[in-house]
Amino acid sequence: MKIVVLVKQVPDSGLERHLSSDFTVDRASASNVISELDENAIEAAMALADAGQADEVTVLTVGPDHAVETIRKALSMGPDKAVHVQDDAIAGSCAVTTSAVLAAALGTLEYDLVLCATESTDGAVGGMAQMLGARLGVAAMTGARKLTVDGQKLTVERQTEDGHETLTASTPAVVSVWDSMNTPRYPSLKGIMAAKRKPVTTLSLSDLGLAPDTVGAAGATSKVVQAEPRPPRSAGQRITDEGEGGVALAEYLASQKFV
Amino acid sequence: MAEVFVVAGAANKLTYEMLTMARGLGEVSAVVLGAPGTADAIADKLSEYGAAKIYVGEDDALDAYLVAPKAEVLAALIGQHRPAAVLLPSTQEGKEIAARVAVSLDNGLLTDVVGLEADGTATQSIFAGGIVVKSQVTRGVPLVTVKPNSLTPEPAPAAGERVAVEVAVSDAAKLVTVSDRVTEAKGDRPELTEASVVVSGGRGVGSAEQFSVVEEFADLLGGAVGASRAATDAGFYPHKFQVGQTGSTVSPQLYVAAGISGAIQHRAGMQTSKTIVAVNKDDGAPIFEIADFGVVGDLFKVLPQAGEEIKKRRA
Ligand SMILES: Cc1cc2nc3c(=O)[nH]c(=O)nc-3n(C[C@H](O)[C@H](O)[C@H](O)COP(=O)(O)OP(=O)(O)OC[C@H]3O[C@@H](n4cnc5c(N)ncnc54)[C@H](O)[C@@H]3O)c2cc1C
Repeated sequence: MKIVVLVKQVPDSGLERHLSSDFTVDRASASNVISELDENAIEAAMALADAGQADEVTVLTVGPDHAVETIRKALSMGPDKAVHVQDDAIAGSCAVTTSAVLAAALGTLEYDLVLCATESTDGAVGGMAQMLGARLGVAAMTGARKLTVDGQKLTVERQTEDGHETLTASTPAVVSVWDSMNTPRYPSLKGIMAAKRKPVTTLSLSDLGLAPDTVGAAGATSKVVQAEPRPPRSAGQRITDEGEGGVALAEYLASQKFV
Repeated sequence: MAEVFVVAGAANKLTYEMLTMARGLGEVSAVVLGAPGTADAIADKLSEYGAAKIYVGEDDALDAYLVAPKAEVLAALIGQHRPAAVLLPSTQEGKEIAARVAVSLDNGLLTDVVGLEADGTATQSIFAGGIVVKSQVTRGVPLVTVKPNSLTPEPAPAAGERVAVEVAVSDAAKLVTVSDRVTEAKGDRPELTEASVVVSGGRGVGSAEQFSVVEEFADLLGGAVGASRAATDAGFYPHKFQVGQTGSTVSPQLYVAAGISGAIQHRAGMQTSKTIVAVNKDDGAPIFEIADFGVVGDLFKVLPQAGEEIKKRRA
């Protein structure tokens, strides 16, 4: 089985993040990392490879030049090769147009299974798997906490609002995973060294047969028109427990009418 | 008056919120898609909260296969009626349906919306709640998914006239079968996202057994129990109770964080709580920066002692 894993470079979700003056995500001054949940998708792919169920794992990303750092990071976890769609015209794309670019890029690759995160940590739209399923005409399953592969048969278990459900489909398929599925491996030193030598193919929009005005800010289907930082919460009262901290807490709760 | 679609899967608070929100944009039409009988169970509630019309598309295929059939029927309905906006719940299913509709109609999509103006401008909170943005769909109709607890639902009885919708599902929409749905027992505590008090435990709770300290305190206050990702990952508490970026967003009157450091991703799910209380033995824990009342101390001493004191006051 051939697997393609989608990854995205994003500003570190553990740090403060900003928008640029045109209200797109500020990627230039941010500390950029692999969108953290993508590591769960890579882990899922590598677990299948380790179990002998996948014979090729390709990483696919759409992003600016510096997204190559994210490709190397992804490759250091074990995948064989990568495809980088890079074209200045793509900057400012919305999720819908990005899905068109990814679908076109997937069209140039062989795959049985496409794995991705359920959402990125920056845009967090949570729709990519279904968008790609709709564009490619293949099965799409979202939010997997467990994935089982049996030949061409895929079984996904996922959490729902009131319990959980099981989904089944045949390959080819797109499956998005949730962070509860696994714990991503740490790249080994060997993995990091090997990643530097793995093949990375770069594709432009014209390689994909896409017109520049259908993507990027020009082709976007939505736009941000205003942005304001949320007023920060300020710290209130703080006490140190010296034996009566619980009593003080109860008093506070009573004073606020919670008791 | 323009028509506004609200895709309603259940009679719950989020549906009433969407119906309330939609009224600001035009006359509300609910869209119910599901197995036969789905509309009967919820139609009264939909009209109570303002649905002048209820489009009903019922077919077993809508439930037997994952979202694609619902997306097909909804896309066709949108094409037919050109509503001023389409609101869906910002749940996994709602986002999935919206994503497919966006692609098939080449239409913009805004998710996790917390406010919607008459012209379709949507308010969203991004980057773990750090920035509030206003956004617009620039192609097609505003297609928005609405985040729970965005507003207070208000009833506004309307006719709720039922209109049957023809359901024709293509083979291409039948690629994913829902082979099993399991409803898990709810327990006696209030729903995490709806509770007015939430008491959450983190890695500092140390073990699944010791989570009883958190549960007891929650029960004393009539609250729900939540957990940080470190606690759910460690198996101290089930994943469905996780609060934060990849868990639930809660906005209770009172949020108690015990043994939680307060990482940005955790704060994303609780920072709009009215009152925040933190118990943590590290006085440098970032959770204290947003706590209205913080106790630097051992949660295994502070929570039980506070519990005893509360019982004493009630006696
Ligand atoms: C993409 C992504 C998504 C994420 N999503 C979420 C999410 O949805 N929710 C979430 O919570 N996290 C999420 N995280 C993880 C987040 O970054 C933190 O790792 C996590 O919130 C830490 O949990 P914690 O505070 O319980 O653990 P820690 O950070 O380890 O903190 C434990 C705290 O307990 C205190 N403590 C220990 N013992 C005691 C005691 N006896 N009494 C009092 N205090 C004690 C310690 O002082 C410490 O402050 C996400 C991370 C990423 C990258």
